[in-house]
Amino acid sequence: MGSIFFTLQDFMVYTEGVTYLLMGLALILYTAYFVFLMDRDDD
Amino acid sequence: MTDEPTVAESSSLMTPGNVITAVILVLGAIVTVLRFTQGLGATTNLSDNNPWGIWIGFDLLVGVALAAGGFVTSAAVYLFGMKRYHSAVRPAVLTGFLGYFMVVIALSYDVGRPWRLPYPFAIQQGTTSMLFEVALCVALYLTVLFLEISPAALEWLGFRMLRNVITKLTIVLTIFGVVLSTLHQSSLGALFLLAPSKMHPLWYSSYLPVYFFITSIIAGLSMVIFEASLSHRFFSDKMDQTHKDEADGLMLGFAKAASFILAGYFVIKVFGISADNNWHYLFTGYGVWFLVELMGFVALPSVLYAIGTREKNITLIKWTSALTVLGIILNRLNVSLVAFNWHLPSADRYFPNWMEIVITVFLVTLGITLFRFIVTKMPILYEHKDYQTSTH
Repeated sequence: MGSIFFTLQDFMVYTEGVTYLLMGLALILYTAYFVFLMDRDDD
Repeated sequence: MTDEPTVAESSSLMTPGNVITAVILVLGAIVTVLRFTQGLGATTNLSDNNPWGIWIGFDLLVGVALAAGGFVTSAAVYLFGMKRYHSAVRPAVLTGFLGYFMVVIALSYDVGRPWRLPYPFAIQQGTTSMLFEVALCVALYLTVLFLEISPAALEWLGFRMLRNVITKLTIVLTIFGVVLSTLHQSSLGALFLLAPSKMHPLWYSSYLPVYFFITSIIAGLSMVIFEASLSHRFFSDKMDQTHKDEADGLMLGFAKAASFILAGYFVIKVFGISADNNWHYLFTGYGVWFLVELMGFVALPSVLYAIGTREKNITLIKWTSALTVLGIILNRLNVSLVAFNWHLPSADRYFPNWMEIVITVFLVTLGITLFRFIVTKMPILYEHKDYQTSTH
């Protein structure tokens, strides 16, 4: 977060790396949220 | 459901609500005369730094977003086959039509020379301009909404043949509505891509068009719930049994969809911060305000909608729809007014003139008055007795 970037390459590698990790996390949490939202449909 | 006013209705015209409405409409008419005789300089606080005020930030951006219920509901019913929400189509399309109609009226106040509004279509196309695309889509979509709602007026007037011709176009009009809405809802966000140096980094993102489009779907779903809850309260006597029976299912279904989309929107907003490495801005004053918007008006309504759906708590869903609509208003005002020109000294920042606020309140009141008139007269909340078997 507080990193200093000297090149665009550094910046892209850092930000995309963090974003891809967040995307993976979001995929799991979003699926869990979907289950939470739908699991009482059969009631 | 009758057109004949009763003695009780006639004598109840002097209600507090009607008096306030009349005062607002008269005040609005006076400021309208001032705007079109004295010009923008005399009636607004707009400047070269702030050429877009609340007539764009609220009347246009919020108006277009909240009018998205029309395309969302008709797509759900006619394209995705969710016939159980059919009774919500006409109120949603009417809200959409009046919303866009008010947007065009507001635009006539805002542009310096409103008589040149047809220029993009007739004189100079300017096809490389994002505004051209917005203008074209809004003009076409207003026409589509007019055609979509016209069967209600034609049933009321008794023009059976013309009504039957237009209802045959329902699917085509719905597809047009979805395509045009996708285009211009996102383009309104794309307008702000042109000013990256003027926008606060937390609100500026290359995903702005995506944010605007997704929030328009959330706004559409929430407005349908919000409008349905108000209609049940104030126009219950105008509703038939089908509308009353389908209301709970509609609210539960739309709340579930809104919850899921709000969660998705929350996620991509976080991606936006991450992709631009804007984390450090979260610890500033603007960052706190950004978090208020994100947590209080995106994450919270998503969870509340989910709880309301799981517990089948219709009251919670109704209140959450109001919170979500407030969140959409806040988001559009944040993008167009708060985050825009954030680096300017406070003396150069924009705050609306009282006459701008009067016109905004005037247009909202005019829209509600028209809605009330149409719902009272035309078969919006009930099916016309001659067309009970119709699916349109």
